[in-house]
Amino acid sequence: MYFGLSEEQVFFQDNVKKFLTDNASIEEIRKIANGEGDELQKEIFQGIVNLGINALLVPEEYGGLGVGLLHAVAISQALGNGVGPIPFSGSYVMAPIALNLAGSDDQKSKYLSKIATNEVRFGIGLSEFVGAREDAGIEISNGKASGRALFVADAENADHIILSNKAGVMFVIDSSTSGVELNKLKTVDKTRAFHEVILKNVDCDILEKSEKDIELAKKVVDAGRIILAADTLGASESMIEKAVAYSKERKQFNRTIGSFQAVKHMCAEMASELEPCYSLVWQAAHSFDNDSVEESRLLACMAKSHLSEVGKEISKKSTEVHGGMGFTDLLGLHYWFKRIGLNRQLLGAPELVREEAAEIQGFNQ
Amino acid sequence: MNLEFGTEYNDFISEVQDFCKEYSNATITTNNDKKFEILDALPVNSNEKTGKTVNRSDWQRILIEKGYFARSVPKEYGGYGGEPDIIKSRIIATEFSKYKVPSAMGGQGIDMLVPTLLEWGTEEQKQKHIKSTLHGETIWCQGYSEPNAGSDLANLQTKGELIDGNWVINGQKIWTSTAQFSQMMFCLIRTEPEASKHAGISFILIPMDTPGIEIRPLVDMTLKAGFNEVFFDDVTVPEDCLVAKRGEGWSVANSVLGHERGSLANPNATMNRLNTLIGLMKEETIDGRRLIDIPSYRDRLLKVQGRVMAVQAHSLRLLSSKINPEQNVKLGSMIQKLVGTELRHELEGLAIDIMGELGTLYEDDPNVRDGGSWQFTYMYFLGLIIGGGTNQIQKNIISERGLGMPREPKVTVEV
Repeated sequence: MYFGLSEEQVFFQDNVKKFLTDNASIEEIRKIANGEGDELQKEIFQGIVNLGINALLVPEEYGGLGVGLLHAVAISQALGNGVGPIPFSGSYVMAPIALNLAGSDDQKSKYLSKIATNEVRFGIGLSEFVGAREDAGIEISNGKASGRALFVADAENADHIILSNKAGVMFVIDSSTSGVELNKLKTVDKTRAFHEVILKNVDCDILEKSEKDIELAKKVVDAGRIILAADTLGASESMIEKAVAYSKERKQFNRTIGSFQAVKHMCAEMASELEPCYSLVWQAAHSFDNDSVEESRLLACMAKSHLSEVGKEISKKSTEVHGGMGFTDLLGLHYWFKRIGLNRQLLGAPELVREEAAEIQGFNQ
Repeated sequence: MNLEFGTEYNDFISEVQDFCKEYSNATITTNNDKKFEILDALPVNSNEKTGKTVNRSDWQRILIEKGYFARSVPKEYGGYGGEPDIIKSRIIATEFSKYKVPSAMGGQGIDMLVPTLLEWGTEEQKQKHIKSTLHGETIWCQGYSEPNAGSDLANLQTKGELIDGNWVINGQKIWTSTAQFSQMMFCLIRTEPEASKHAGISFILIPMDTPGIEIRPLVDMTLKAGFNEVFFDDVTVPEDCLVAKRGEGWSVANSVLGHERGSLANPNATMNRLNTLIGLMKEETIDGRRLIDIPSYRDRLLKVQGRVMAVQAHSLRLLSSKINPEQNVKLGSMIQKLVGTELRHELEGLAIDIMGELGTLYEDDPNVRDGGSWQFTYMYFLGLIIGGGTNQIQKNIISERGLGMPREPKVTVEV
């Protein structure tokens, strides 16, 4: 019995962390966030792709590594930890899972092998499947898709985008086709791109198996939720580390502020809330990889909603530990704060996800 | 990640499950036996017991014979005599909880004194005390805290002097639970007044019927938890009541304190309690509407459930770190008491909130739910938040030893 990340997973995670420490300092993150770092962002992206993140969830028969979601969770923690300004949850987790679960053999060999070789990159948007705001949504008729999707992940410069209708029928579009309009959304989090996608009678390649089985899209959402929870986990861990480090340096009243119990207790509270979260997120990923949907979906919902709550609290308290400096752009703590803030709302805010968890358990019966 | 215990445990799991099926929902009676009075003193969740009825002495014996209790205590001292096996212990705890099989007696004698004597006791002390403790024949109370030695426990002042081969003890202990039911007390006594604070303490065993001991009940907010104050007036016990050497008492006590902290909020018990709460919310109604159908109540329930599931997953990680010593979960093990007691208090309080006015019923009110256990446990866990090292002390420990933050500077100026 061993409960935790494997040596290999930790090794991979450390490599991503180290790469971000070396190549994505706070100055570099700021440049990218301010829209002055396109080249820099490409370099960071290329560097992390060189570590192999694109091939993680692509099955071996299509040239990928064929590892499980827990492996991706390890990477997502590292990206959250360093607010990695690259596409991941959509392009390299949800998209390959969607293609693998719902694609025909032809679709799989067409798309998955090219993800593994990094010839193509996918964006994915299932927000309206989870819950449509502003009456957004996409209709499919006779192989053509029309409508509007919000908060499509990783669509910037993506070759293809996976979208779905309300019934969970997922399809692939070519981003360069006419009738596709992409508008970048200005969210608080400038480390990752989210788009509004408007389709007008666009050719779509429907992922065959999702036509008859709404469960497949749900399963993709489960994976997305676990990955976002892992991103929040990593970002929260980093915020606690920063708060503790700052409290050991900063002096007031001739003492380091970390020697005041008011500060120590805030840090202890944050650490105490976060420690069990590692276990919850890892167990959710392990369950996604190994258990039936009935078992794993509850864990996915709980990981997403619980990490949203814990992350919110930690992003607030760790900022407070930094005092006025925490509020400044100079320190850049807000990049973590905002990343956690966006993760909380994506693929279902905690109240909505808990409501799903209630349904899963039959509380409404 | 590998959550399987391995096929070599399959036989053991089915053996435990067979036993658990036989004793599922069993009632353990005390037959009004005075020595088990302690077990009747605390309110328990009065779920219907549908299984067998076994009396307490037999139950202790059966569990020891099977190796489901006192598993790694040597046979010669009345235990089962098995090799310590963390996985087997876990399997036993999990299956007992799953099948609602009554557990063995706990208490400070079994949980703290037995491991202490096994580590520090003389052969004679082991022979004399361990077996009778495991069988529930000797009940122990713990004499640590004093009125001026709470969070600052090492400041304790109860004095012991060695006079003509006997310890003569004077002073006062407080928060002594079960003192009124106990035959023995293990306590910390200042025997070396010249030594430094921590080095002046000894660990001494005292028969409670020794002349000069006075027990006064200390009624707490639950009205039922049964704390006491214990006064010593020239209490005289033989020299060989000392465990380990003079002045080693602090080390002796600390060797089992960590164990107590971890056990204060068992995640399995919390999960069972959560399931009972879910059942309650499906049964109880307001204006004919089930409580679980009220969105704000339901959301609070699910929030707590997320925390309970996190703590349960965490217990797997802690178990894993015991099996795989290379896995470092130091910070993770320090948080258990803080997180577990706060969570349980919140959970019990939620049950009271959803019941509204009915939730305030207590004791033997004819309309009280679950024997008043929600109110009792809600208050009792507030006690546990304070006891066993207050949660504020826990936060000091977590920040200093877990996060490496500096200690509070010592104040030298008298105010």
